[in-house]
Amino acid sequence: MSINLNVPDISARPVEKCVTKLKTEQVSLFYGSFQALRNITLDIPSRCITAIIGPSGCGKSSLLRLFNRMNDLIPGAKVEGNVELDGIPIYDARIDVADLRKRVGMVFQKPNPFPMSVFENVAYGPRRHGIKNRGQLEEIVEKSLRQAALWDEVKDNLGQSGLALSGGQQQRLCIARVLAVEPEVILMDEPCSALDPVATLKIEDLMRNLSQTYTIIIVTHNMQQAARVSDMTAFLMIEPDRAGVLVEYGPTAQIFTNPKDRRTEDYITGRFG
Amino acid sequence: MCHWLNRSNKEGLATLQEQVTAATVPTTGLRRRLRLGERFIEVWIFLSGLLAIVVLLGIIAILLKEGLPIFAHTPPWKFLFGAKWYPISDPPTFGIAPFVVSTLMVTLVSTVIAVPIGVACAAYLSEVAHRKLAETVKPIIEILAGFPSVMMGFIGLALLSPLVQSAFNLNTGLCGLTAAIMLSLMSLPIIVSVSEDALHVVPKEFKEASYALGATKWETIWHVCIPSALSGIAAAIMLGIGRAIGETMTVLMVAGGALAVPVSPTDPMTTMTAAIASGIGNAVRGGLQYQALFAVGLILFILTLAVNIIAERVLERQKRKFAR
Repeated sequence: MSINLNVPDISARPVEKCVTKLKTEQVSLFYGSFQALRNITLDIPSRCITAIIGPSGCGKSSLLRLFNRMNDLIPGAKVEGNVELDGIPIYDARIDVADLRKRVGMVFQKPNPFPMSVFENVAYGPRRHGIKNRGQLEEIVEKSLRQAALWDEVKDNLGQSGLALSGGQQQRLCIARVLAVEPEVILMDEPCSALDPVATLKIEDLMRNLSQTYTIIIVTHNMQQAARVSDMTAFLMIEPDRAGVLVEYGPTAQIFTNPKDRRTEDYITGRFG
Repeated sequence: MCHWLNRSNKEGLATLQEQVTAATVPTTGLRRRLRLGERFIEVWIFLSGLLAIVVLLGIIAILLKEGLPIFAHTPPWKFLFGAKWYPISDPPTFGIAPFVVSTLMVTLVSTVIAVPIGVACAAYLSEVAHRKLAETVKPIIEILAGFPSVMMGFIGLALLSPLVQSAFNLNTGLCGLTAAIMLSLMSLPIIVSVSEDALHVVPKEFKEASYALGATKWETIWHVCIPSALSGIAAAIMLGIGRAIGETMTVLMVAGGALAVPVSPTDPMTTMTAAIASGIGNAVRGGLQYQALFAVGLILFILTLAVNIIAERVLERQKRKFAR
């Protein structure tokens, strides 16, 4: 399966590494009678960072939540069209949603560690997926915390409450918690919006490292962040009826230096939004 | 609006108040009358608050005054652990062990029945049921809390006791178990209502995080919602226990009224509350039995007070848990 984009060049990445990981075809999302997304068609390459940008309320988060079916939790949400993970439609009735969410992890806007110890936070996912052996759990917790660049800061006190950490640490704990279930895709919903600049840079570094092994999709308000970390960028906008549409999608370098659509240019140059 | 109220500059505030008063209330006479009204309400509220405390202290004082003298006749340990309650024999003996054991047994059994059902019901209302359904069902459950206890006793007498009798092959269906089942029904509403409140305030973020990690609904309820709401649920259980300990009419009607120390919940028994209610009418005012019953009341009061204080503490902790 080769990647089929509207622009040929994938900027920083060797092309053979990238296959289509996630794909949406003519996807529309409704909350009751309100249409939040219209006809979104996207191919998201594996082991890349894809940024979703756009003005507030344009459906960025809704689009992100399509990929792990978090929209299912909202009463009245309805999806039309096709979303595929590795070529398998994830809105098929036979799909086990819990299993899908194990493969497609999510980091939220506000750091949301459970009111439990650091250890229990990270071990939560593996425990739910059947790992009971203490030694094995310890191994997973250490590995995940190291991957999330948090190990050195918490290793002496894994028993402390996850809520006792600083905001940036909490967010890395949440990332470690996601890594512990060994997902293939990590969705990040404005992961740095509640963090200070130093913590933000740490998370961005972390994302670059993680993109060696994981497919990452990030929703961000911060255009510099999209430019700094992402390989691909999707620009969403609101139509007059308030539905979100995909205006342009392509390699980040191209979107930021040579956008094809006038509206993209206006947005990234700060003329609106 | 608030920032100028909080300002420590009292002078500025006073001027401001004067300006406001002067602007809205032109005549000084009217202003004085308003001030008087204000004072009256202040005093009224203060006295009402005081009254509650005075009544509580008064009750404690009377319990102590009327109850303590019995310990001159029967020493406290004999009173508590004595198995024989013969208030009108000669000489009378006052051992309240049968009542204490009955109360503990009935309360324990009713709690064991009510807690799993109550917490499960709360989890259903808070996490599974549609919001509309939950909002309809919860008030109905809460109405059950206000159901007159004599009616509950009547239902226990007429409906439940024959069932219990045949199910356990007993001589009589009027026994501790029947009372416990009725009490569990009566403490259920408070357990459901308070637990549901506690589950409801568990932040949505916790649940989302759990779902996003691939946990199922049941796993999320069991491993995230209930642990997060545990102190609130514990308080709900304590309040339920408090209700069960203090309930009188129902147990008086259906518990059987035997005076021996019960061995099994299926024995007929008399709880502390039932003992007071049935005995106080025949007791000579100021007599030994009268004093003994007051002492039972004193012990009951200490028990319920302890349960309430624990519940209060636990609820306080729940409130602080999510304030970050």
